[in-house]
Amino acid sequence: MTSRARLFPSLRVLCAALALLFAAALVGTFPGRAEAQDISGALGQFTSNKYDDTEAALGALALSGSPAAAGIVSALADGRLVFGGLPPRVFIEGEGGALLDPLTMQPVADAPPVKPVRVNNRVRRAIEAANGALSLVSPDAGKRREAALAVGRSRDEAALPALDAALAKESDPQVKSAMNLARASILIGKEGISPAERIAAVELVGAEGNQDALAILRGVPDSAAPEVKQAAAQAIEGIERNLAMWGMAQNVWYGLSLGSVLLLAAIGLAITFGVMGVINMAHGEMVMLGAYTTFVVQEVIRTSYPGLFDASLLIAIPLAFLFTGLIGVIIERTVIRFLYGRALETLLATWGISLILQQAIRTIFGPTNREVGAPSWMSGSFEIGHLSITSGRLWIIVFALLVFFALLATLRLTRIGLEMRAVTQNRRMAASMGIRTNWVDAMTFGLGSGIAGMAGVALSQIDNVSPNLGQSYIIDSFLVVVFGGVGNLWGTLVGAMTLGVANKLLEPYAGAVLGKIALLVIVILFIQKRPRGLFALKGRSIEA
Amino acid sequence: MSITRQPALLGTSGIIFLAVLFAASVLVPVLNLAVAPDSAVHVPTYVVSLLGKYLTYALLALSVDLIWGYVGILSLGQGAFFALGGYAMGMYLMRQIGTRGVYGDPVLPDFMVFLNWKELPWFWYGFDWFPFAALMVLLAPGILALVFGWFAFRSRVTGVYLSIITQAMTFALLLAFFRNDMGFGGNNGLTDFKDILGFNIQADGTRLTLFVLSALALGLGYVLCRFLVRSHFGKVLVAIRDAETRVRFTGYRAENYKLVAFVVSAMLAGIAGALYVPQVGIINPSEFSPANSIEIIVWVAVGGRGTLVGAALGAVLVNYAKTYFTSGMLAPYWLFMLGGLFVAVTLFLPKGIVGTYYDWREKRRRHDDIPAAPLAAPGPAE
Amino acid sequence: MLNMFTHARRMAGRALVGAAALALAGGGVAGAQETIKVGVLHSLSGTMAISETTLKDTVLFMVQEQNAAGGVLGKKLEAVVVDPASNWPLFAEKARELIEKEKVAVVFGCWTSVSRKSVLPVFKELNSILFYPVQYEGEESERNVFYTGAAPNQQAIPAVDYLMENEDVERWVLAGTDYVYPRTTNKILEAYLKSKGVKEEDIMINYTPFGHSDWQTIVADIKKFGSAGKKTAVVSTINGDANVPFYKELGNQGIKATDIPVVAFSVGEEELAGIDTKPLLGHLAAWNYFQSVDVPENAAFIKKWQAYTKNDKRVTNDPMEATVIGFNMWVKAVEKAGTTDADAVIDALIGVTVPNLSGGFSAMMPNHHITKPVLIGEIKEDGQFDIVEQTPGLIVAEEWSPYLEGSKDLIADWRKPLNCGNFNVKTGKCGGAGQ
Repeated sequence: MTSRARLFPSLRVLCAALALLFAAALVGTFPGRAEAQDISGALGQFTSNKYDDTEAALGALALSGSPAAAGIVSALADGRLVFGGLPPRVFIEGEGGALLDPLTMQPVADAPPVKPVRVNNRVRRAIEAANGALSLVSPDAGKRREAALAVGRSRDEAALPALDAALAKESDPQVKSAMNLARASILIGKEGISPAERIAAVELVGAEGNQDALAILRGVPDSAAPEVKQAAAQAIEGIERNLAMWGMAQNVWYGLSLGSVLLLAAIGLAITFGVMGVINMAHGEMVMLGAYTTFVVQEVIRTSYPGLFDASLLIAIPLAFLFTGLIGVIIERTVIRFLYGRALETLLATWGISLILQQAIRTIFGPTNREVGAPSWMSGSFEIGHLSITSGRLWIIVFALLVFFALLATLRLTRIGLEMRAVTQNRRMAASMGIRTNWVDAMTFGLGSGIAGMAGVALSQIDNVSPNLGQSYIIDSFLVVVFGGVGNLWGTLVGAMTLGVANKLLEPYAGAVLGKIALLVIVILFIQKRPRGLFALKGRSIEA
Repeated sequence: MSITRQPALLGTSGIIFLAVLFAASVLVPVLNLAVAPDSAVHVPTYVVSLLGKYLTYALLALSVDLIWGYVGILSLGQGAFFALGGYAMGMYLMRQIGTRGVYGDPVLPDFMVFLNWKELPWFWYGFDWFPFAALMVLLAPGILALVFGWFAFRSRVTGVYLSIITQAMTFALLLAFFRNDMGFGGNNGLTDFKDILGFNIQADGTRLTLFVLSALALGLGYVLCRFLVRSHFGKVLVAIRDAETRVRFTGYRAENYKLVAFVVSAMLAGIAGALYVPQVGIINPSEFSPANSIEIIVWVAVGGRGTLVGAALGAVLVNYAKTYFTSGMLAPYWLFMLGGLFVAVTLFLPKGIVGTYYDWREKRRRHDDIPAAPLAAPGPAE
Repeated sequence: MLNMFTHARRMAGRALVGAAALALAGGGVAGAQETIKVGVLHSLSGTMAISETTLKDTVLFMVQEQNAAGGVLGKKLEAVVVDPASNWPLFAEKARELIEKEKVAVVFGCWTSVSRKSVLPVFKELNSILFYPVQYEGEESERNVFYTGAAPNQQAIPAVDYLMENEDVERWVLAGTDYVYPRTTNKILEAYLKSKGVKEEDIMINYTPFGHSDWQTIVADIKKFGSAGKKTAVVSTINGDANVPFYKELGNQGIKATDIPVVAFSVGEEELAGIDTKPLLGHLAAWNYFQSVDVPENAAFIKKWQAYTKNDKRVTNDPMEATVIGFNMWVKAVEKAGTTDADAVIDALIGVTVPNLSGGFSAMMPNHHITKPVLIGEIKEDGQFDIVEQTPGLIVAEEWSPYLEGSKDLIADWRKPLNCGNFNVKTGKCGGAGQ
């Protein structure tokens, strides 16, 4: 066993299984039922409930060739493998908690009280390995490919014969290339192969061009021929250059993702502050209320309609909009409307409101974080080239842009949007044209608050749902709106994205904290250059 | 604020204010030291420190009122100047610990020892010498205000834009001071002080002296602000507040006026910070937090913007409310009350407590006397 | 101004009435009012409320339990709750208020190190007692403070040992929030790992600000660092609020515990209650107590606690256990001393042994820290921990870490004749370097 295999003890299981498969492939048959009796010993090992024994039992199971093995391994993975009784025996927990005999899958008559067999990370890896070994000859091509990738990651020479045997039988081109790659990964570090063979392996791995390939190429032994080393060095250099470019693209993607979060956080403020001129310190709390709405929606769904969980966010979005919008209207009618024309005093009043809302949420829901789950369609990630994209972040970008354009359309194309613009531009003129300015004010503030609430639904996916949620966004939100130019929605969009990308491009060089500080200084200096932000409104309305 | 009459250096309320301050700085020490602890009028040391803290807050509020009430600069970063003054004082106090730190290192403060710093960073030099530290109390905030203001006012950054970038400034400083690598003790800040000018910082006498000094600083600060705002200089400031463009067209360099006021205000805040630190015993980056700076604005608004006395009163009242509400049965609800107070004041007392009182007095005087020239308080430029 | 002074005087007056009442009571007037006051100094608002509110409830719960059992020294206990609002200078002010005005016999409080540092001079000056229930960076031992949370060697080092032995980890990411606890812990761990032969290039250290919420870049860096062909683990000293987005990002980028396990020192049941734990399956935490400890004492405690809070889902966690231990130790010491007088209780506390909730006993050592077992748990799907390892014996706290340059020669022993928190064994003097 190479030193690398020692690093992954669970891979011993994999290797053992692969060696056996190889033997089986040579003979042309799979292990028959004759060996299946060994499994009872393995089952006995599970009952000690020690991780070492569980791992050993898994190894034995993988080697046993027993048809029951796969079922037992998957039961262990799901926590359905239980043990109990005197002397202790192992059972599989079936539907409705019935105990089944692991060999026959028949219900047991005298079921004793049982405990599940415990699993830790090491055992979990052993389970994966056992599954991998069992699936290198699986009828499912996808599983065979996974297994090949696992073998490639292990880079274990002992697996080579089994891999060769599997390769000989493989017909699926995708699986075949994965197996070839795995083979090359092993060959690179293997002693005593010809330089030509090794160079071929280096080229094959080098063509992958990713982080894993880099790690494999660095494993070329010192004893290798100079031309091999040169080829490896060249391949490494090429990959590094390539990855550096992809890294830049990745950072831009991170930046856009951060920018979309900033956009979401700021866009409601662009209405209440940007359009209406209310220095709305309670804006962050509207975002928080939106996040709590999501929590409540999910709670109801969890207890009453579990099947709807994946739709929970879609349900929460309109509810959050309506709820926070309503709160916004109430705040406008009871407080803000007395303060028009006294912008700085709105700062004080809304600051007071934000304290009240925070404490109210703390009183109702407690001070601790609340759990908001991610629906399945927002989990996971995929790759485009060497760009890793997480679905959750992608949806947030999409959502932010949707909200932005919907808002833009509302302001530009609808009657209420027209009235809102009219009232904010010239209140008295608008009033004399028969616009009910009071109603429009309430609607505008409600709209801004409602949008903040929708943002809260999205932010609940990536941040704490706690009473302090809003506080962490309020400064950035104001910065975005001011940087983009007060009163200009496009400015908010461009401002958010610029700040997001700039932050993420600075971060690798300066670190998270210094990057942020540098960005703040840049914004301060930028405002000196353009005292009214990126997209300054022209005219007299803002000179007041 | 009347433009029609030349007000006296100290109006009635100013005289009352200074008299109360004077009375406090005489009475509190007497009641603390000379009166037996079981007497009903004894002032415990705990209250002395508390009052001292309020007075430094009052000075801080005064510094805000000078620029907000009279120049129309709404600084959401005033806490930064306060904290810088506090850090300058804190660094002096740290150096005074000497070998009495837990590691007994004669030069390095404890937090540097356990993070394996080998020598004192250059910016700590000189802080073991009080006059230098005292100078830095003025210069650190002063220079920051000078540089920041010079850029901002020359570029004519005004209104909310100015407010937001002052907020960005204090936020950037907050992040910077949180970093342990900066050499200011990171999140723990500076604490566990022992001596100030050779006096034990925990002794009752030292506390009383600091309290009296705070009262003195507040009194002098008030007189200085009054002097500034009623001078020709002050009239230009008010004019800038009300119509900056017109002032500029009249031939005044508005930015220079604003800059001077801004720097003076920052230095006042720095002094307040320097007096605050030895009384509360800790300075930490959270003083830079933007929420703190907003709170200062709230104090001024509660007391009455543009009245100076009101700013000081507001600071003391709000902080007393905070002390009172955060103990006992009311503790879980104090944020409701504080929040409610801010809303109520903006809705019902838009000019703050003192401003409303002035209005009422004015109305009564007009009612009693012949009608005076209308004194409509000009709507402050935003 | 005038208004305020009358209030101040009234305040002083009230304190006086309280003191007089106590004096009378001491004089032998038996009655229901005869109480011993216990101060509770935990933030109920602001950023730290998220963690500290539970500890306030814990003290109130313990006070009620103790009163039901007859109180202490024949008197009822009375909890005095204040809210320092996550504001560090306010901590000092409130501590002074509790001791000077309310005349409490003992204070249970603080969470962050800065809050402890802020109140420290107050407790020293007024000679009172503080029980501090949170794991912290060590490097401190004060006469007036009793530390019932873990020192780094009672949490961090056993966790790293576990990963080295059981997961064969060879490459380490030390990720933390930028404040003293992570800084010190990581300094200690770095020295420890190097002493175990880990090379410089196999250690990556990263600090982020409080409340850091955008982890994309850092998690990607960790992934990159972990793909060098050696088994990699993350040791996380990331504080409170930043954990949720951190774990969410780990889940999103598909880092599973079987690939790169994360062991955390600040993530317990309370924190997990706010996270969807399914993607976190198998990530680890090291504490001295888990709610899932399977012993009758713990089961009984959880039952009573949930009955008290009227919430059968309310979790327990390590700082709660530390509070409970501290409270019981104080009660025992007061009964041993026969008085609540601070000096007597401080002396009586050393050597006091009380049952902990993991089935053993914890003792207060002369360095004012307690002995603890160390438990390693893997996160389960239900937000609880599966305890995968427990140290066989109790571990004594190393308040001064032998892995740090400045403190390796220091010890603390508050018994006579040494009576010193920073005794230098090299120079034989009290007071650090002893110069």
